[in-house]
Amino acid sequence: MTTVTEKPVTAPGTPNPAPAGRTRGGARRRRGLGTLTGWAFVAPAMVIILGLSVFPAAWAFILSLQKWNGFAPPKFVGGDNYAKIMTDAEFWAAVSQTGLYVLLFVPASVLLGLFLAVALNRDIRFIGLYRTAIFVPFVASAASTGILSTYLFSPQYGLVNNVLRALGLPAQGWLEDPNQAMLVIAIMSLWGQAAFTTVIYLAALQDIPNELLEAARIDGANRWQTFWQVVWPELRPVTVFVGIWQTIGALQLFDLVYTTTRGGPLDSTKTIVYYLWEKAFKALDFGAGSAAAYVLFAVTLLITIGAVLFARRRNMEAF
Amino acid sequence: MALTSLTRGPRLDSTRRRTTRRFSLWHLVLAPIALLFFIPFGQMLLASVSPRSDLVKFPPPFFPSRITLDGFVGLLVDTDILRWLANSTIVAVISIVSHIVLCSLAGYGFARLQFRGRNVGFFVILATIMIPTQLLMIPTYIMFSKLGIVNTLAAAFVPWLASAFGIFLMRQFFLSIPAEIEEAAAIDGANRLQIFLRVVLPLARPAMATLAIFTLLSSWNDLVWPLIAINDDGAFTVQLGIANFQGTRRTQWDLLMAGNVIATAPLVLFFLFAQKQFVQTMTMSGLKG
Repeated sequence: MTTVTEKPVTAPGTPNPAPAGRTRGGARRRRGLGTLTGWAFVAPAMVIILGLSVFPAAWAFILSLQKWNGFAPPKFVGGDNYAKIMTDAEFWAAVSQTGLYVLLFVPASVLLGLFLAVALNRDIRFIGLYRTAIFVPFVASAASTGILSTYLFSPQYGLVNNVLRALGLPAQGWLEDPNQAMLVIAIMSLWGQAAFTTVIYLAALQDIPNELLEAARIDGANRWQTFWQVVWPELRPVTVFVGIWQTIGALQLFDLVYTTTRGGPLDSTKTIVYYLWEKAFKALDFGAGSAAAYVLFAVTLLITIGAVLFARRRNMEAF
Repeated sequence: MALTSLTRGPRLDSTRRRTTRRFSLWHLVLAPIALLFFIPFGQMLLASVSPRSDLVKFPPPFFPSRITLDGFVGLLVDTDILRWLANSTIVAVISIVSHIVLCSLAGYGFARLQFRGRNVGFFVILATIMIPTQLLMIPTYIMFSKLGIVNTLAAAFVPWLASAFGIFLMRQFFLSIPAEIEEAAAIDGANRLQIFLRVVLPLARPAMATLAIFTLLSSWNDLVWPLIAINDDGAFTVQLGIANFQGTRRTQWDLLMAGNVIATAPLVLFFLFAQKQFVQTMTMSGLKG
């Protein structure tokens, strides 16, 4: 951490503990100086963040109302791009493929995380080793995970089919089979992401007051009863939270698709973001790409708001 | 959520103590799962040191017939892997340094300084967390190409110079530092910048480490943005390099796996070295929603 001692270029210091202002002018000047100091601290980061998010987000909206390929002068077309993608069968196919992935990945990821957290939350030997094995895949990039997936699930020489053959089961097409490709992507996402839900649940488990567990034990509850009647209700807000979080992430699936199937076979893994990327950066249709991005944003927002309202009504403090 | 209990609590630290407990049935559950999670890495390591002929055999052997470094050598000869690694390192270092400097300053400003527009400013920053990156890709690409930085390393690191999450994280940390410490320094005649640099920042090391890991993970592993912004393989990051390499050399598994090992190893080693910080970072990134 050598950066700590680096002197930032901004932020002129102001004499802070000045004696109490005697005149009104002095007080105003000091308040002005305070505002200047404050902004000097926050402005550099704010300029970058606003310049790289609010400004482009607004620009994306303008783009979504234009027909533009990046070269010819842009033409205002109003809602045409939205109408175009809404009537594009390929877009709806991407929506349903993304939906399939969400259905495969999100419940599995929440359940697996919960199960692993319960299993890892104990005082036994080698627990550190177990935790490490499950946490390390989290640092592998989607590119690495994708390359590994194509290797492990290769129909000819992949380990997975090899194991199936050894067990006397028929080998599968996996990533080369339109009906199975998304399943493989979901399995490998689980491998890479399991640590995330696990760690959130672990933190929640450790926040459960010991008195609650002890009270249950004194009342004669067995472990199973304790889990369902004491632990699980305490975990509900966290479940809502990781559910939403994983859904939002799943709606944005791209990297793993790019490094495994590139949308194939037969477009069976083409997700919304893959569609967006193709429209914008392959077909150079910036308008349709931006419209698709706004549709995705709107869906994400609706899901989040819906889930928050649901949690509020049930009196769960997930946020 | 109590983060400290997660990393320092007795239950997670149990491995440190020598336990002579009786055998737990949980081993029967955990050992196979842990093995299952390790297998992809194991296969990657084995394949990276296997002769290529082993990797296209049918049925494939579980263990290599001999150990060879041909994959790694081939990678060095055939690709610009060292350059890609250097590029990724530069991107990661710039992102981390810039994140720490800018987000600490802003986080401190929002946590401790009173100024006009502070609340509005902080609200706007928080609101940007809601904007998905997919929405920003197209205009950012157009913006960068107008600035002439497409196809350069700058395109890869500029989006990682600062983040709303980083500001939020640092602000939360600064809020937890007792104000009396700063008041004492102020009475001793230190100005705001001095207080920040000499008193507050040294206390913020754990938060800065968390922010550094978060930035390292996201900038090192990013694929989609370099894919869009960088087409010139001199400016490839290691992730983009291996992803493109895979697209063209699907059959050269020894090279591909060697590339995978090289791209993944730095973060895995770092993880093993700084596990606790990593776990905390993961929990924190879960809390940013």
